[in-house]
Amino acid sequence: MLTYMAEATQADSQGKPLIRSFLPTNLLVWLGVLPFFLFAILFILMPSSSLVVGSFQDTQGHFTFKNIVDLFTPSILNSYLLSIQISLVTAVVGALFGFMLAYAAVLGGLPRWVRTAVMTLCGVAANFAGVPLAFAFVATLGRTGIFTASLRDAFHFDIYQHGFNLYSFGGLALTYLYFQFPLMVLIIAPSLDGLRNEWREACENLGASTWQYWRYIALPILLPSLLGTMILLFGNAFGAYATAYALTGGFLDLITIEVGNQISGNVLYNPNLGLALALGMIVVMSVSIGLYSWLQRRTARWLR
Amino acid sequence: MRKINLWAWLWIFLGGLYFFGPLYGALDFSLREKRGVLSFLAYQNVLKDPSFRNSFTYSTLIGLATIIVGLLLIVSTAYWVHLRLPQARPIVDFITLLPFVVPAIVLVDGFIQIYSGPPFALTNTPQGANVLLMFGYIVTAMPYMYRSVDAGLRAIDVRTLTEAGQSLGAGWITILFRVILPNIRTALLSGAFLTFAIVIGEYTFASLLARPAFGPYMVLLGQDRAYEPAALSIMSFALTWAAMMIIQFLGRGAPGQGQVAVAH
Repeated sequence: MLTYMAEATQADSQGKPLIRSFLPTNLLVWLGVLPFFLFAILFILMPSSSLVVGSFQDTQGHFTFKNIVDLFTPSILNSYLLSIQISLVTAVVGALFGFMLAYAAVLGGLPRWVRTAVMTLCGVAANFAGVPLAFAFVATLGRTGIFTASLRDAFHFDIYQHGFNLYSFGGLALTYLYFQFPLMVLIIAPSLDGLRNEWREACENLGASTWQYWRYIALPILLPSLLGTMILLFGNAFGAYATAYALTGGFLDLITIEVGNQISGNVLYNPNLGLALALGMIVVMSVSIGLYSWLQRRTARWLR
Repeated sequence: MRKINLWAWLWIFLGGLYFFGPLYGALDFSLREKRGVLSFLAYQNVLKDPSFRNSFTYSTLIGLATIIVGLLLIVSTAYWVHLRLPQARPIVDFITLLPFVVPAIVLVDGFIQIYSGPPFALTNTPQGANVLLMFGYIVTAMPYMYRSVDAGLRAIDVRTLTEAGQSLGAGWITILFRVILPNIRTALLSGAFLTFAIVIGEYTFASLLARPAFGPYMVLLGQDRAYEPAALSIMSFALTWAAMMIIQFLGRGAPGQGQVAVAH
């Protein structure tokens, strides 16, 4: 009996369809996951599909493409573009900085405790986001923040007179980076661990330079996971609402802020257009997650 | 080799600067409410404020409800998938990843669409809205909870433990609560603390469902006070830090403990 079950499990985990799974007893077994599926339907699938349905209706409930067409008006398109821009910038900069930091901590030849400390601090920073993060940046780099004030007092240099503004695109990007690069470190460190010493030794034995090792061996292996993590960072910034709202008070015209304004009724337009705005976000996120899982499959071959 | 070390230290230094800079800023700022002297006045003001206590208590309670209901749902599902339904794994895995595709702001929009009218008019009563908020948080925390519990179950031999329990005459409840759960308590606690860290200062769901939670309170305070927000920032940071330390302490020696959470 035990061996039979073990074999059955093995067959399952290899993804072979089992005739057993269509027998009535197995229908009963599926009851065990019924609460989970009910939960998923009620709180993920139904709310998401209501956005899809509502996006294609007018206020009277008739079918229309007008909301989707209206997404391409300049003001809405600009909100998407601004969100995509800030997500791209913080994903790329966060990924590069995070990669250098992870590289230094994992392969830089530093004492072991440095690595532990970096990973711990990154774990905290990646989780320290939203409203309190915005407050910390206001206290540091805001108009009366500690850094701004001490520069003004000590050197009579006002960063706000020289193009810096925390409550703008650049300031928000700087704030997002606080959780973006630590996330990069957390995700990329295991991939760096996966670079085997043997590969480097083999390269050296064959007379390759460090540059050649990186160009032809390490980078091609790391590239899918680097790009994949970048996509994850992109999505992370794209969906961010609390940090942006707390920092800019809802004045920076990001798409998340637009959707928030729609929900809380701060703007007077068609509620179905608001649903289409949200649907557009799901489309952007689906495309990026799709790319991510494709890249993940490419990397999986090389790790472990 | 020395040159490489120097570069490595430089990056570590820059990372440290980015990490500690805003923290130092918030700490310094939060101590300056009294002119000319450093004081804890801002912290005292916050702690004295009844709205602080009410909203913090509210968020703590919602957090506890999220942890209990969420873990019950996730653990029973993950256990069943491990034991009897391995063929359901791909679809369950897929569902637990959906919250990454649907950002909180979008999900809450959908919640309001579905639950502000019949047949389930949850947003019309405070109790209904609380339940909705809790389920929103379960969705948000699900990817992390599931991964934590799944890793815990992978590390033990679920089948043998269950069969041992059965042959000693234990029922399902006894097996789950007295055999399986104690064996994955580390994973459960990690998931619980991570969930708590996500929920306690959450703003998006709470504010758009108009709940008196800690996140909206912080934003409100940030609009008309200067020093108290910095104090709140430091207090939140201390909470996040404590939660992460506990998770790391629990996960000593356990593989795959790179906890990553996102709730912005």
